[in-house]
Amino acid sequence: MAGAQAVKPVLELKGRMMTLTVLRLLDPSVEVLARELDRRVQEAPDFFRFLPVILDVEAVADSDLYLDLAGLSGLLQARQFVPVGIRGGGEDWREAAAAAGLAVFPADRDSAGGESRRRQTGDESGPKAVATEAGMIVTQPVRSGQQIYARGGDLVVMSAVSPGAEVLADGHIHIYGSLGGRALAGVRGDTGARIFCRSFRAELVSINGTYSVSEQFEDALRGKAVQIALDGDSLDIRAL
Amino acid sequence: MAKIVVVTSGKGGVGKTTTSAAIGAGLAKAGHRTVLVDFDVGLRNLDLIMGCERRVVYDFINVIHEEASLNQALIRDKRVDNLFILAASQTRDKDALTEEGVERVLTELSKDFDYIICDSPAGIERGALLAMYYADEAIIVTNPEVSSVRDSDRVLGILASKTRRAANGDPPVREQLLLTRYSPQRVQKGEMLSVEDVKEILAIDLLGVIPESQAVLNASNAGVPVILEEDSDAGQAYQDSVARFLGEDRPHRFLQLEKKGLFGRLFGG
Ligand SMILES: Nc1ncnc2c1ncn2[C@@H]1O[C@H](COP(=O)(O)OP(=O)(O)O)[C@@H](O)[C@H]1O
Ligand SMILES: [Mg+2]
Repeated sequence: MAGAQAVKPVLELKGRMMTLTVLRLLDPSVEVLARELDRRVQEAPDFFRFLPVILDVEAVADSDLYLDLAGLSGLLQARQFVPVGIRGGGEDWREAAAAAGLAVFPADRDSAGGESRRRQTGDESGPKAVATEAGMIVTQPVRSGQQIYARGGDLVVMSAVSPGAEVLADGHIHIYGSLGGRALAGVRGDTGARIFCRSFRAELVSINGTYSVSEQFEDALRGKAVQIALDGDSLDIRAL
Repeated sequence: MAKIVVVTSGKGGVGKTTTSAAIGAGLAKAGHRTVLVDFDVGLRNLDLIMGCERRVVYDFINVIHEEASLNQALIRDKRVDNLFILAASQTRDKDALTEEGVERVLTELSKDFDYIICDSPAGIERGALLAMYYADEAIIVTNPEVSSVRDSDRVLGILASKTRRAANGDPPVREQLLLTRYSPQRVQKGEMLSVEDVKEILAIDLLGVIPESQAVLNASNAGVPVILEEDSDAGQAYQDSVARFLGEDRPHRFLQLEKKGLFGRLFGG
């Protein structure tokens, strides 16, 4: 009875946008890093549990920490992080990453400029944000090059998100100014997350990894108040 | 204690140095002791625009590396009382600017001056970040075009988060927009963004609008800050901006296409 049956696909490759936390290693000593990790984990154990991370090794690229990369990866796993890859570093680092079963990501385009990007609550590099139980409220404009991530909740931006800026939330995103940059809601799997904005001029919007870029938006929606929800495999963008 | 003012933009060639020279000269003329500091190491040209390039003996980098004292390096302007220039080095690279060195020099200048004007290099690298770091006020020089506005927006983000004031939790750097090389003709033809467009995107106070003007080129070739060309359109626009900077309320000029008569066409700026 074999042969004629249509083959049901068992694998599908999909290009998806995912957000990952970047852990910048700023000290070449495994002991120092381990101590600091323990301190951070103790402060906010739930925050880090099963958190996929990329290790940014740019700052320690010249050290021989790469020799301990496998050990460092194990150390992170023991603390319930999920290390997925490294970013930066030379040939030595790439070989060490391959040996440790880690992916190699391209270096951050911003790190050369000396301006690190905001990755999560508490980083001082972005506009002031107030985190509440329900989420995060940002009152200042989110400017080009800045990134705000409301982890574990909604994000409310009281002013504009400029072109070149990026806002992310595990929950919904509300923008009371114009959305000129990128907005990614439901970044850790919430398919019910939505994006709302007063004036829609986005470069990219995404819900749970399903994204759509400016070129694909209907002209009629440009500058309008819209809401964006996930509808099966695509985004439903409609005027409010 | 001096007010430290950074003149910055992100993008190059938009008029930062022209503006630093004009605003500095304007503040000094208004009676405030003012020093212009050129942070554009390697590409110094503030001294050219100020017409003092042949009097540079020691520069900012020499002072940072304690190879000269501030008194030796400060160049007194010959036209305007109260105005001094600290030139950048042409021979050193931007790594010669150290954080501690810059802080020490600015602290020392703060004792003697009312205003320290920091002419920032383009970009958002070391020199530009250092020029911004200690600022109390920022003049964001922007041309009415999309890429310049985008860069200014980015710089505003840095000013809000990566300055001494942000680090200390002090009140934020006061940010004001100076729109330069503005051409009402080109705005009307849709080739340039309007004042309103730029204000809407950047959402900060407008210090002034400087028209695109031949007077700027003439003045800089002559080594004269354009604000001293009192009859020129750009000179007057800078005068208005200085007055606003000092708290005066003045209407914005040179925003509309002026209908000129024959006399105006022959002699206008
Ligand atoms: N308002 C203006 N009208 C015409 N040309 C201008 C004006 N402002 C600046 N320029 C010219 O633009 C060029 C760049 O100016 P500059 O002040 O050196 O810019 P930056 O310091 O930002 O690189 C110079 O040639 C200058 O003369
Ligand atoms: Mg310049």
